[in-house]
Amino acid sequence: MSTTLWIIIAGAIATYLTRIGGHLVISRFENIHPRVEAGLNAVPAAVLTTLVAPAALGAGPAEWAALIVAGLVSLRGGLMAMFLAGAAVLVLARQFVG
Amino acid sequence: MSAEAISENRAKSDFWQGVRLSLPVVVAAAPFGLLFGALAVDNGFSVLEALLMSAMVFGGASQMVGIELFGQHVAPWLIVLSIFAVNFRHVLYSAGIGRRIAHWPPVQQAVGYFLLTDPQFAVAERKAEAGETVGFAWYMGLGLPVYVFWVAESALGAAFGRLIPDTHALGIDFLLPIYFLGLVMGFRKRPLWLPVVIASAAASIIAYKTVGSPWHVSIGAVAGVLLAVILPPRHSGVEGRP
Repeated sequence: MSTTLWIIIAGAIATYLTRIGGHLVISRFENIHPRVEAGLNAVPAAVLTTLVAPAALGAGPAEWAALIVAGLVSLRGGLMAMFLAGAAVLVLARQFVG
Repeated sequence: MSAEAISENRAKSDFWQGVRLSLPVVVAAAPFGLLFGALAVDNGFSVLEALLMSAMVFGGASQMVGIELFGQHVAPWLIVLSIFAVNFRHVLYSAGIGRRIAHWPPVQQAVGYFLLTDPQFAVAERKAEAGETVGFAWYMGLGLPVYVFWVAESALGAAFGRLIPDTHALGIDFLLPIYFLGLVMGFRKRPLWLPVVIASAAASIIAYKTVGSPWHVSIGAVAGVLLAVILPPRHSGVEGRP
């Protein structure tokens, strides 16, 4: 087998381990302590924020405008509406500020 | 109608409800599937290898990092380690979602964890938050279209990648942060949402500048989770429950 194929297979196994690993560890405990439960409830905001914050900080006015508009739309509209609004502002603003 | 037929109809409608929710995910991921395919071929992958990586790893950011390093002729074990590092956040997703799908048979759970991406986790968590059961049919309806389109787009991008126009003008490089902001905003009614977001944002930015990518994701995430663990339970809305 080629090296490429080995990289793909090993990468796939490593990825699956991350996707099932947290469950395997947590399911060993009979009762989940309230503080652990509070931590688990914080997972979505905690992880997803890290995919936005550094990218936003390193961006420019066009990207900031897109994020602000998308954030405001998300207060009222659904995910699709906020995404399309943000993308539209981004494409439009980049025509002017590159 | 027999009870079996009723439950089968129920599963069907659950499945299609999931499919409807998958649409924004499919749209948001489409440019990246194509882009991944194009970059993979650029970096020395064959079309089949690009397709295979998408089908087996099924993790956009980690695949991008993987082929980038492959193109730079980095040692194979380091490429695999980098894929692991980029995907490490899934450990937290997995710990969180386990509570919602514990009632599934083991084989279904094993399949479910394979499809556990950022949007899959976020949308399933919101369903659970609304007090609804996260069923297998619904979960598959949400995850399968994302998977099928991702693999197909990778192959398309690999085969016809040179036809992709100016990605910067189209804003493709910044679509994901916008999309992830939408997912973050979706959880704003949860207890401690704002403090957690602030802690994770600050920690990930500091880690990004000091330790570097991709570890800023895990470091930032752990900071937010730890804050929720440390703060007194009366703030986090879990007090008084067994």
